[in-house]
Amino acid sequence: MQLAFFGGIYNNHIALKTAIADAQQRGAERMFCLGDLGAFGPHPDRTCEIIREHKIEVVQGNYDHSIGHGLNDCQCGYTDPRDNHFAQLSYDYTLANTSDEHRAWLRTLPTEIRFEVDGFRFLLCHGSPRRTNEFLWESTTSTPFLNKLCDDFACDVILGTHTGLHWQRTWDAFPTCSNLTGTSEACPTITRSYINIGVLGRPENDGTTNVWYSMVRTGNDAGAGRSPLPWKVEFIPLAYDHNQLAREMRAEHLPDEFIETILTGWWTTCLEVLPSKERRRGQW
Amino acid sequence: MIANTEQLPIVELGSLDELWFQVAGTRCNLACTHCFISCSPHNNSFGFLSFDEVERRLLESVKWGVKEFYFTGGEPFLNPDMVSILERTLDFGPATVLTNGTVLKPEWLEQLQAAVQGSLYSLEFRVSIDGPTPELNDPIRGPRTFERALRGVELLVQHGFLPIITMTRVWDETEDDAVLGQFRNLLNDHGYDRPRLKVLPRLQLGAEATRTCGYSAADRVTAEMLVGYDTSKLVCQHSRVVTDRGVAVCPILIDSRDAILGQTLAEANRSFAITHGACATCYQFGAICTNPSSGSAFKPMTNDQ
Ligand code: SF4
Ligand code: SF4
Repeated sequence: MQLAFFGGIYNNHIALKTAIADAQQRGAERMFCLGDLGAFGPHPDRTCEIIREHKIEVVQGNYDHSIGHGLNDCQCGYTDPRDNHFAQLSYDYTLANTSDEHRAWLRTLPTEIRFEVDGFRFLLCHGSPRRTNEFLWESTTSTPFLNKLCDDFACDVILGTHTGLHWQRTWDAFPTCSNLTGTSEACPTITRSYINIGVLGRPENDGTTNVWYSMVRTGNDAGAGRSPLPWKVEFIPLAYDHNQLAREMRAEHLPDEFIETILTGWWTTCLEVLPSKERRRGQW
Repeated sequence: MIANTEQLPIVELGSLDELWFQVAGTRCNLACTHCFISCSPHNNSFGFLSFDEVERRLLESVKWGVKEFYFTGGEPFLNPDMVSILERTLDFGPATVLTNGTVLKPEWLEQLQAAVQGSLYSLEFRVSIDGPTPELNDPIRGPRTFERALRGVELLVQHGFLPIITMTRVWDETEDDAVLGQFRNLLNDHGYDRPRLKVLPRLQLGAEATRTCGYSAADRVTAEMLVGYDTSKLVCQHSRVVTDRGVAVCPILIDSRDAILGQTLAEANRSFAITHGACATCYQFGAICTNPSSGSAFKPMTNDQ
């Protein structure tokens, strides 16, 4: 089985279209989006249309919840005043430009999707299984914490997005207090993974303009027998017409700071939430 | 009596996300006027944690799924084991140290930077400065502490760290841009070209003032007040703190007798009645001390260093 996963779209309908074509060409049998359709970019309705037209299965992100319910802000959880200022600009723009029909649809999205492949339980969420807007950064998320999430939520592979940076970790399950106290079944010796699938919405603060999505292959497609794991993840850097996106953003009077990110690959806003390891990789 | 017990404002430990270490006890080279546990060079009511004690807790923490570790005091770097404690912690998860920045040594920072390079995890330094000038900072934190803390920031930056400067808003909120601009320029002059600043609301002073005056009965949290209240805003819902006297409910109350819940994390995994005066402040203003990367579920607030 070949599965394609798209993270936060942030209104980047151009990258979304490119990603769908790319994933189909690579043989994707199912496509998922892990939420945050809006923010940052132009013309929110276009993203909703493309997602719905292609019957992509969607998990509701904090943004989708906010826009759907017409809340005052995106619930991204920034704590810095400058970050909040810019987050509010894109939120107000997205809210004003999303049709009632799409907003009604956003309200209906589930907060998690689960399925089983070859006896392994996959859980798709936006931030973390326990909280839609929880940031799971690679350098501030301990393996014991991920291991306990798998126990508490009865799954083996967790996929999420929300932070804007892709990463993955694989470990052998070990006992947690959840199963020691009998609240979940005893831990078999199995492999577990957390996969942050990245985002299509904006580049990864690495000075390149491409964005990222993920393909997960299971069973024979994962090269079973050769690979020690029954699933395999591939992070895919995606080039798209970022100049066209920048032109549309300019025409919509979106902030220059956002356009600069699209054109340079460096984040200019929302930097204060980055832990130091991730922050040091960027320019600002 | 039983009816009374049922009426207590009980907070359960939801999940142990942050494990704190009162690693320097109440020992500090400074004696700030606003220090909420009155740390000083002579306050020995809590002692240092040894490397072995910290390691034992780290090993114990694995099955609890602790997400992040925090180190506080007093001044953590007075503890002679501090560097090896942090090195070991980075095998288990991310670490944050709350320091006054005045006693850091280049050789320690070299060693710690090497540890970070070899770890999956971040090591964050939070340096407290109470205002953008010595005139504002020094009366609170002591003579020349402004200059000495800035020297600490310089050292951290030279060793490849990006310290988070925490400051209490001792100015009016409308002046934020001006004051933060002033702070950024100052830090730039000291070699820190992308300073991470975290402003703590002025309520710290209010909270301190209230605390100094003592709380009236009206300031207590009641059981009814917890109905429909999101207790994850409270530190005691997702943290515990290891001290040399046992595991306490939160870093704020370590001085209270009932705050020591047991000698192991398992013993400390029980509910707590938030009946203290300080609890009313938490209730009103939300949690303290977590890093911005944790997101907003925990609103930044009052006392750290
Ligand atoms: S002081 Fe705050 S964190 Fe500590 S027990 Fe009271 S409410 Fe909880
Ligand atoms: S506030 Fe921090 S630096 Fe000041 S005396 Fe207390 S522990 Fe020491």
